[in-house]
Amino acid sequence: MSHDALKQVGAVEGYVPPEDALTAPWWAATREHRLLLQACETCGSRQHHPRHVCTSCGATSLGWTSSAGAGVLDAVTVVHRPPRPDLQAPYVVARVRLDDGPVLLSSVVGTGALGAAIGDRVALTWRDLSDGRALPVFELEED
Amino acid sequence: MTVAIVGAAECDLGVTGAGVLELQVQAVTRALADAGLSLADVDGLATNNVGRFSTNEVADQLGLRPAWVDSTFVGGSAFEAYVGRAVQAIEAGQAQVVVISYASNQRSARSRSLGGVLEEHLPMAQFETPYGPLYPLSFYAMAASAYLHRYGLGREHLAAVAVSAREWALRNPAAYRYGAGPLTVDEVLAAPVISSPLGSADCCLVTDGGGAIVLTSAERARDLRSAPVRVLGYGEATGHATMATPDDILDTGAAASGAAAFARAGLGPDDVDVAQVYDSFTITPLLSLEALGLAEPGQAGVLAAEGAFAPGGDRPLNTSGGGLSYCHPGQYGVLLLVEAVRQLRGECGDRQVAGAEVAVAHGTGGILSHHATVLLGVDR
Repeated sequence: MSHDALKQVGAVEGYVPPEDALTAPWWAATREHRLLLQACETCGSRQHHPRHVCTSCGATSLGWTSSAGAGVLDAVTVVHRPPRPDLQAPYVVARVRLDDGPVLLSSVVGTGALGAAIGDRVALTWRDLSDGRALPVFELEED
Repeated sequence: MTVAIVGAAECDLGVTGAGVLELQVQAVTRALADAGLSLADVDGLATNNVGRFSTNEVADQLGLRPAWVDSTFVGGSAFEAYVGRAVQAIEAGQAQVVVISYASNQRSARSRSLGGVLEEHLPMAQFETPYGPLYPLSFYAMAASAYLHRYGLGREHLAAVAVSAREWALRNPAAYRYGAGPLTVDEVLAAPVISSPLGSADCCLVTDGGGAIVLTSAERARDLRSAPVRVLGYGEATGHATMATPDDILDTGAAASGAAAFARAGLGPDDVDVAQVYDSFTITPLLSLEALGLAEPGQAGVLAAEGAFAPGGDRPLNTSGGGLSYCHPGQYGVLLLVEAVRQLRGECGDRQVAGAEVAVAHGTGGILSHHATVLLGVDR
């Protein structure tokens, strides 16, 4: 594998704002490499990003469930001109439709990432931040 | 609907070196002069982008004490939304003469950032910005990727939108790219890719500029100096703020905005003679035209490639040259209205659409977040 192919593409650590009261459980789980989704205690709907209300039924009592972390690419772009100096272009930004339901914005990283296409199956992996939190990112599933 | 647009004007465009209040004053006073009205006639004002309290600032600058203001801030479509609210204000008797204005000196001030503005307390900052999307560009790029994938189209279909816009700009002396010569599909495809599938030539200009329109009752309009342009219908729709929220990235909400406007007007898409549809990126008007019913799903790109939107085509689009080749001052929506008015008055010279009687101005704000549609027609 070439050096370029080994080079990690995708999210590179820059500044990630601190968690708040609502999002603290979500970020705490990332320290153990678990991806949480918000789950409505009334109607069972799952949603991401975390909100103070269930957008399906309007209930305000929401808990958490773990995502299996598998999904399919819903929309993909390769960024060639990064908005911040800490990001090394090119890298992939994509919408991932989780098998568990919600759509996440994330990156595709690893082998073949720059060739990622809509409809590709992806699996969860992690990028650790220096403060112990981690960002969920995705790798292409091998055929 | 009993309200008309009676004045329309641009402020200086391009690279002006001017401040935002100077450009605002140009826009407002020129539009009033076009209407044959004066500042003393104005009792309604809608604008944004001047400061935290934009209507206060512009009223102060102009020496106005308006009885009605609106400073809704939803992106470049705000100005189409202001038209709907201005119609309501005039019909309700809260205002007699409303000015809708906008100006920006973003190019001179170098105030535009590829990443957008980080608002740390909002969900995007924690859940999306860390991945490095360009804002708003990467969202439109993802929508473009989905559009091309769903309908089996290619980048050349997007490029055709930029080519068409340039052809119109070559006929508009006020356009930033007037005199730049024609653009080819190959040139668009060869431009540096910024956020695939969008390259630099798929992206709107970054210029100074702005404009203003003046509205009053259709009855009063008939006594003024310019041919009145009637507001026939309006509609708007608001959707998401984050890039992951829309379940279907191509279901933008523009359809509801368009349907509301057509229903109020008692018109349908086939009645539109000339379309001014926000072109922040080449993908934007394709999605909006389909949502408005001016093209079948998946067909707007095909029509673009066939030249239907260009001069001489049967669906003239963005006859000023659009945000892609005429002017894009951060929020472009007011200039859609200015061009629609000029087309309906028959003032457009080399780019005039012969016999245009009904125009649509459709704005798109944020990341396909807010949509507002205005239907305008000649006064019969």
